Amino acid sequence: MVPASTLSTPRRAAPRRVTAEPPFVRWLLIGVALLFLGLFLVVPLAAVFTEAFAKGVGYYFHSFNDPNTLAAIKLTFIAAGIAVPLNCVFGVAAAWAIAKFDFRGKTVLITLIDLPFSVSPVVSGMIYVLLFGAQGLVGPWFIEHNIQIIFAVPGIVLATIFVTFPFVARELIPLMQAQGRTEEEAAHVLGAGGWQTFWRVTLPNIKWGLIYGVILCNARAMGEFGAVSVVSGHIRGQTNTIPLHVEILYNEYNFVGAFAVASLLTFLAIVTLVLKTWVERKNTALRGAEN
Amino acid sequence: MANKKNSVLPGFKLTLGYTVLYLGLIVLIPLACTFWKASALTWDQFWHIVTAPRVMASYRLSFGASFLAALINLFFGLLVAWVLVRYQFWGKRFVDALVDLPFALPTAVAGIALTAIYAPNGWIGHWLAPLGIKVAYTRLGVLVALTFIGLPFIVRTVQPVLEDFDREIEESAASLGANRWQTFWRVTLPMLRPALLTGFTLAFARALGEYGSVVFIAGNMPMKTEITPLLIITKLEEFDYPGATAIAVVMLVASFVLLLAINFLQWWSHRHYAPA
Repeated sequence: MVPASTLSTPRRAAPRRVTAEPPFVRWLLIGVALLFLGLFLVVPLAAVFTEAFAKGVGYYFHSFNDPNTLAAIKLTFIAAGIAVPLNCVFGVAAAWAIAKFDFRGKTVLITLIDLPFSVSPVVSGMIYVLLFGAQGLVGPWFIEHNIQIIFAVPGIVLATIFVTFPFVARELIPLMQAQGRTEEEAAHVLGAGGWQTFWRVTLPNIKWGLIYGVILCNARAMGEFGAVSVVSGHIRGQTNTIPLHVEILYNEYNFVGAFAVASLLTFLAIVTLVLKTWVERKNTALRGAEN
Repeated sequence: MANKKNSVLPGFKLTLGYTVLYLGLIVLIPLACTFWKASALTWDQFWHIVTAPRVMASYRLSFGASFLAALINLFFGLLVAWVLVRYQFWGKRFVDALVDLPFALPTAVAGIALTAIYAPNGWIGHWLAPLGIKVAYTRLGVLVALTFIGLPFIVRTVQPVLEDFDREIEESAASLGANRWQTFWRVTLPMLRPALLTGFTLAFARALGEYGSVVFIAGNMPMKTEITPLLIITKLEEFDYPGATAIAVVMLVASFVLLLAINFLQWWSHRHYAPA
């Protein structure tokens, strides 16, 4: 399509196009949109940091000098450190099966992979309590063998895996479907083995999609609250992740402490947004170069 | 079964097998177990639990506030998408990236931040207090939190459609004598309808299950400001597993219906926008 701007260059002084709004309408719309976003997005962001530093910088850093806070940070890294790689491997495997082969029930499979996104976080945690809890289906067996899942670290990891389940898969499936299978087939015909084809041909092609999925998956894994809250049991220094620790501090009226720890998560969210925007830009640049 | 006619590539059995196994272990078996647990209740018991007055009040709040929040986002989401696609202004890229904040910010953080702002002594709350408007610890607070959570959905479903929108259609309308508002209302908006509906349903579904951002600002008074997910947690903490399971089944059925609706809407909009 010829850009409309090239067509109108000879008549540079022409009045505004018929498909543009008058300037005051334009500025009014921009103003209202920015006001709405400012009120709902910028003000909460600013509030986190203002409250965190309400008693000064020294007090802010003092909030982190607490073994329970450090334990919560450690547990969050453990949960994300297990959930993200597992869902990554799953995402790649699912996308390979779905994009490179034809089989019946593919649409159903894609819908089922998306399922955890439509389940309430609270229900996501509860299903594991019903399964592994003391009155659960297989819980008594595990307890007999001295394996604690609910109100312990394995439950938190499971709940985290569940809520972040679709992130990588849903990025990779459409991407690999769009890329087709000709490049892999060419590699195969030229004598490359399965792994060789994957590492040398597929992975470079899906690299940015994979990174994108991992960024989103990690943000959710570290920030999940509802699902983890149900399975955690809130044992201080043992089964509290950062978001759960924020809740405890907040409910104890230790607002500065709560917001100081929350500012870590806010920082994570900002880093996530920056990385995400960077990958998006990188990705369109790559796509532009290919075409 | 591997369809070798269609693909010479290896790894079909391995990857599909792993996908189905992992999906089954993490998602399908635990979910099925919930329905199985619920089936231990008789129909009368189940009905009695899920229609108790306190539970009904929580549905009204959860469904009502989610619907209103999605409606607010429908209007402002379209406005934000429009402004981001059609206009140029300073800081646009920054604003565009910021729209995803509710996806990236942990819900607990959003919850305490919104509560701090809208509490009677908060930045916005202290302006509203003299007017007699209480936000924190009321239903209005629930609405604010759910609006925050659903904000990106409509922007992100409408934005790509608006970007691909063929401006010549608007030019035709204008050349046929329609004014700007008529063009928008009669030509542009109908084209955006599937995307708007998809975004609305996504935002509604997300708000319905939301827990973290709401519990801090809601005040959690039974019959008044108690959302359904919180009720499930309360029942679990009281070790009332049958009660929690029954309500969870109602929530799950609602989620599945919404998921089907979203899939249908996406199929519809793909058909709608498919080049002729």
